[in-house]
Amino acid sequence: MDKYKPVIGLEIHVELKTSSKMFCQCAADYFGKEANSNTCPVCLGLPGALPVPNKKAIEWTILIGKALNCKINPVSKFDRKHYFYPDLPKGYQISQYDEPIASHGDLELVSNPRHPRGVRVGITRVHLEEDTGKLLHVGAETLVDFNRSGVPLVEIVTDPDFDNAEDVKVFLEELHTIIRYLGVSDADMEKGSMRMEPNISAMRYEIRAKSEKKLPNYKVEVKNINSFNFVKKAIEYEIERQIDLLKVGKTPAQETRGYDSKKGVTYSQRSKEEAHDYRYFPEPDIPPMTFSQKYINTIKVPELPQNKVIRYVHQGLKYIDAFTLTRNKKLSHLFEVTSLKIKKQDNVKVTDIANLIINKKEYINLSEEVLYTKLREIKNPIKTDEKELDALIKHLIKINKQAVEDYKKGKENAIMFLVGQVMREMNGKADANIVRERLILILKSKK
Amino acid sequence: MNILGKSISELRYLLDKKDISEDELFNFFKKRISRFNPKLNAFLTIVDKSKSNHVGLLSGIPFAIKDNFCTQNIRTTASSKVLDNFIPPYESTVTKKLLNSGSIIIGKTNMDAWAHGSSTETSDYGVTKNPWDLTRVAGGSSGGSSAAVSSYITPAAIGSETAGSIRGPASWCGLVGLKPTYGRVSRYGLIAMGSSLDCPGPITLTVKDAALILQIIAGKDKFDATSSNNKIPNYLDSINQNKKLKIGVPEEYFYGLNEEIKISVMNSISKMKQMGHQLKKVKLLDPKYAISVYTIIQRSEVSSNLARYDGIRFGNNRSTFAAEAKRRIMFGTYTLSYGYYDAFYKKAQKVRTLIIEDFKNAFKDVDVIIGPTMPITATKIGDINKYPFFGELMDKLTEPAAEAGIPAINIPVGLDKQGLPIGASIMGRWFDEETILDLANQFEKETDFFGVIKKGINNYK
Repeated sequence: MDKYKPVIGLEIHVELKTSSKMFCQCAADYFGKEANSNTCPVCLGLPGALPVPNKKAIEWTILIGKALNCKINPVSKFDRKHYFYPDLPKGYQISQYDEPIASHGDLELVSNPRHPRGVRVGITRVHLEEDTGKLLHVGAETLVDFNRSGVPLVEIVTDPDFDNAEDVKVFLEELHTIIRYLGVSDADMEKGSMRMEPNISAMRYEIRAKSEKKLPNYKVEVKNINSFNFVKKAIEYEIERQIDLLKVGKTPAQETRGYDSKKGVTYSQRSKEEAHDYRYFPEPDIPPMTFSQKYINTIKVPELPQNKVIRYVHQGLKYIDAFTLTRNKKLSHLFEVTSLKIKKQDNVKVTDIANLIINKKEYINLSEEVLYTKLREIKNPIKTDEKELDALIKHLIKINKQAVEDYKKGKENAIMFLVGQVMREMNGKADANIVRERLILILKSKK
Repeated sequence: MNILGKSISELRYLLDKKDISEDELFNFFKKRISRFNPKLNAFLTIVDKSKSNHVGLLSGIPFAIKDNFCTQNIRTTASSKVLDNFIPPYESTVTKKLLNSGSIIIGKTNMDAWAHGSSTETSDYGVTKNPWDLTRVAGGSSGGSSAAVSSYITPAAIGSETAGSIRGPASWCGLVGLKPTYGRVSRYGLIAMGSSLDCPGPITLTVKDAALILQIIAGKDKFDATSSNNKIPNYLDSINQNKKLKIGVPEEYFYGLNEEIKISVMNSISKMKQMGHQLKKVKLLDPKYAISVYTIIQRSEVSSNLARYDGIRFGNNRSTFAAEAKRRIMFGTYTLSYGYYDAFYKKAQKVRTLIIEDFKNAFKDVDVIIGPTMPITATKIGDINKYPFFGELMDKLTEPAAEAGIPAINIPVGLDKQGLPIGASIMGRWFDEETILDLANQFEKETDFFGVIKKGINNYK
């Protein structure tokens, strides 16, 4: 098995959460709506209807391209991709063929605790297209729901740079985090707003080692997997299946396969003989797009999670903590705004903030003010002079006989009155919990 | 009150003076439709009662609309059985603008199915007959719209031109037909044929009516990304500019013509010279190249645009497509196929660019270019079968302007010996409808189109 090296590339689809669809004014948020209620002549492909592109979706695709270190192409266009399927109302999908919005990028995976190797993954292209409707199988009948038809869909294609399933998983998790940082998609895999398709093949190690450009003469695509773990398992299964075939001198068939998550196996869906000729041609209904450098410059990429990790580590956090904090935009934001409150005399360090946010899940909904105050209290416990305290308690017990009596009769409130009296006399220079403990102790010893 | 033959501008005047009511006008045309449509087969759908809620420039004016414009709640078939029962839930931008200006849709007119043709003979609902000679075709694909105006069963109509489909039938029926610049008028709701070529436009009795209608339907549409932001001039003012123009005459457009057409068009050009315009020979690419370009681009786009009629929606399945549509789908599927795209579609687009450059160069020296609209006058019904590429041959002279996207207007310039109308096309610069309308209007005032339009109507008293 060592003699064969897997060659893996990815196609990832991400639905954008723009307010309207890609080419019409229907809501892009179709989830949970009554079938075919979120439609219009354009996304139903009615005769005579025309697509008008969504500017925000184009802007967000450029943003994703920039975040993935891509070249933003100054000229781009839409193309028609033809195929027949009942969920595709026009008989073609408006997509991008030879002039995608972004191309030639990469994503460096810096080492992380779960995966110590650094990896660079080439990004072939990032393009914009429209989602299709959905088929519903009800008994013997198949129904079509066009609510999703025309939702903006970004396709990200990687170079075939992976040679193992673990790297793929790490890459996908990082990409998922980036997409959510950018705020352009929920990338919710259960709802299908992020879908992944690995392309898997393998070839002899020596041949691959000679030239990175040399690729196997076949490719197996596993369609529409909706969890990172399933992607990993599907790839592992495929690698083993293909290498078993290669070892006995067979070439695995070029085909599209599905993944059965229950059985943990892939299965053949469509072979090469049925491969489509999509008859791409430039979409005549949409003029080509040109992007000036000035416009591209106005689209700003926020600090990405990997860069935050590096910065946090510089600030003194442990790698694992920096990594954990940056997996979620909310956590990293809370960490950053709370860190801004640090004052020297408070004896609070960034690591304290990190620890509190990571370890106390119930604190992540607090405001930075409240969080910081809590931390300051924890870090600066009030020192109590125990001798002074005991003397004071004894004195107060004498002069507050009624309260002592009440307490002995079981009135719990009386103890609070006495704690209050002590705290007042101590000018707040005592920890209320300790005061309470001592009071009870002394009262009990007096019984 | 004698209404017969009144232009829409004149009808508006009569309505304003209350010499006639909107109802009377509507009933006048309804009666004429009942009387003459059975002979002509110009209308596919006649709208029973229609009352506009709007008041505007066209209040009370009945319009015939080519059946490839979606009209809300009015059956729209594009003359194909595939859409036999299709009642659009939305209004095309062109018809919406007409309705908003007060006009009334009186019916939907016959056409070549999906606008595939130049004679209305590919309609699934029978051929439209030429009002000048019922044994002949009205031309196409806007044949129903043209026959309806020529016989005055409607005072004006809307057609659409991909290459020659407005000017061709206007020429064969002896009318004014304007194909605006591509992008000047929104295509939203126009059932797509060749998406990069389709232009809605008016078919009318006078140049002024064409200008009036263009004024209403022109402009940027947020539902059509290819519609232009260019400002809309006042076309009713521009027709009266009376500019003295440099008129380009391209020799290449006068080869292989019927001799009578050549003479008529040349005489009209001479007339224009007498009117004070300057004539200049211009060299243009032979229009024969336009045929190949058009055939490839249009069929490629057709094969894509008709893919949605997959039998899942709209009631009828793909076997309902008639022969011409099937031929075009197969042809276009082939030219877009993997490995053939570069040789056909891409090459055609390159030649199309050359045609555009060719016109750009020509318009450096001249303001307008004139040539015959059609190489022959209206053909006999059935002649289509003599030519495998009937439409392309008929549209040879209108295709270059369509491919370049420039505006062009057909004007009647006489009758041949058989008494059939002859038309000439005035082509202008991109978005310069003003100049071609100005020249056409000057010519109309000078010649009254040699009485052609009136004669046509008088056949239907």
